[in-house]
Amino acid sequence: MNFQLTEEQKMIQQAARDYANRELILDVLERDAKSIYPARHVKALAELGFMGMMVDPKYDGSGMDTISYVLAMEELSKVDASVSVIVSVNNSLVCYGLEEFGTEEQKEKYLRPLARGEKIGAFLLSEPEAGSDATSQHTLAEDKGDYYLVNGTKNWITNGNSASVYILIAQTHPELKHKGINALIVDRNSPGISLGPHEDKMGMRSSDTHSVMFTDVKVPKENRLGADGFGFKMAMKTLEGGRLGIASQALGIASGAYERALKYSKERKAFGTEIFNHQSVAFKLAEMYAKIEAGRLLCFHAAWLKDQNMPYGTASALAKYHCAETAMWVTTEAVQIHGGYGYVKEYHVERLMREAKLTQIYEGTSEIQKLIISRDIFSR
Amino acid sequence: MKTLVCLSIVPDTTTNIRFTGKMDALDTTGIQWIINPWDELALTRALEIREQAGSGVTQVSVIHVGLKESDPVIQKALAVGADSAFRVNYSPADSMEVALQIAEVIKKDHYDLVITGYDSADYNGSATGGMLAELVGWTSFTSISSLSVSDSMITLERESDNLTETIAAKSPCVLTIQKGIAKDPRIPSLRGIMTARTKPLTVIEPSASDPGTRILTFENPAPRSKCRMVDPSNVDELVNLLRNEANVL
Repeated sequence: MNFQLTEEQKMIQQAARDYANRELILDVLERDAKSIYPARHVKALAELGFMGMMVDPKYDGSGMDTISYVLAMEELSKVDASVSVIVSVNNSLVCYGLEEFGTEEQKEKYLRPLARGEKIGAFLLSEPEAGSDATSQHTLAEDKGDYYLVNGTKNWITNGNSASVYILIAQTHPELKHKGINALIVDRNSPGISLGPHEDKMGMRSSDTHSVMFTDVKVPKENRLGADGFGFKMAMKTLEGGRLGIASQALGIASGAYERALKYSKERKAFGTEIFNHQSVAFKLAEMYAKIEAGRLLCFHAAWLKDQNMPYGTASALAKYHCAETAMWVTTEAVQIHGGYGYVKEYHVERLMREAKLTQIYEGTSEIQKLIISRDIFSR
Repeated sequence: MKTLVCLSIVPDTTTNIRFTGKMDALDTTGIQWIINPWDELALTRALEIREQAGSGVTQVSVIHVGLKESDPVIQKALAVGADSAFRVNYSPADSMEVALQIAEVIKKDHYDLVITGYDSADYNGSATGGMLAELVGWTSFTSISSLSVSDSMITLERESDNLTETIAAKSPCVLTIQKGIAKDPRIPSLRGIMTARTKPLTVIEPSASDPGTRILTFENPAPRSKCRMVDPSNVDELVNLLRNEANVL
């Protein structure tokens, strides 16, 4: 067992940290307050290679391992989870699915520009009545011979407006239930696609989240990923990696809040001494640190399994569950340590707390993660 | 034109510095090492010039005098775009030893431009550039705040008290740069990080050297005195404190 990061991994971690601390920090509060999409940062991160981190360089990706991805996600998320979710969706949900399940033609046409970050992708699974119950897809992709005719609505779509490429999960054979679902690559500019308004969210306010409506949208047959009826399996497989991205994001939100609370506790004095000398604060920080370190190891373990081509579904569910719960707890306590200052935006921890909440909900709620974990441990 | 940027490798500038034993050596436990920020800016400007069409600068190399532990930090210079790196395998005692070792490398190879940062963030010697120029017999320019190269012609700006000099310089020369030379150091791209491994990092055995100096002891600065609040209406007390306690009047 080797707990040592390679020199390249440390350099990638430092590069993400430098970008976050030099650039993201400059406008994170304004973008959060006004829900401004971080176009400048997405472009810069693409130029640095963060938008297609794990894609094979032969498809213009950076060819990194999953540990490096976890490290980068943590560092970006310490400062700005709105940006890191854009990175996560493009990497884990879109590039991964195309590289793993796409044909050579699909990779040439769609994966290359996505891996370079010239185009951004979105993953369309959730529906108004299909969130955690992903098998209940109502969006129809009717087989019309050489194309699919798509009708329906998708909800809570990260990058809904900024994306040029959608990976759409839709039902083709309702009688076959989840075995009738397909995954389709959809050009965002296809006639018949319309967007709902920008969702006015509690946190992650700088990422664009929309409903996407499909009305008689024609999708060429060659845009289907995998065999007919493979869509649900593809989606679940893709979400295993997606969960790891969000676990790393939650880890970053937690460690960002912890670092701010630790710094504040060394500066702020009460009752004649710095507040970290008070046991009530010191123990909170110790507990934060313990939970964060455990979460980091869970993320590394899931990433290592993925890099070894070993099953990592339960490991990524464990990482996401633990890190999301840790993020919520740590950010709440970080606000508490900051007292009144924690409740104002200038000190960042209230924003991190709002961002943490979403990690318990999206890409599989904490309850769904517990379902995955419990099913696995009962089956042993 | 071949350019050589001299790199010092120093503790991260946020490090809490501690000393060991008899306060005569730095405690390196847990220190994160970085490229000296001034040298990083020198490298940034050198790379910018190399990328400008028609500058005449075709190659940017970096050199460091230090032991193997420095290699990961040197890799960062390669990751941001340096073409090649040299490390003289020696732990120098002072700026003169650094300059002597680099001078030997310069004498054996051909360079047109050697650039150093004005200061290192650890020992703050501000000496290597000048010493190096003397040792190789080249012109030395210090306090350079602007550097451009066009068709192999070097134009410099030097800042001194309320005065800016613009100088046309001939190569070869040694330039010691200061603030303003480049905006921000570069963040390496992921591709740059991976290709750094494929670029040459040549380890050179040191020339014979006899340190002329030895550090006897370090002394930590006195802890900051506490802040005293004076009522705005009590100017007499403020003057008294400044005169008799702070001794600044």
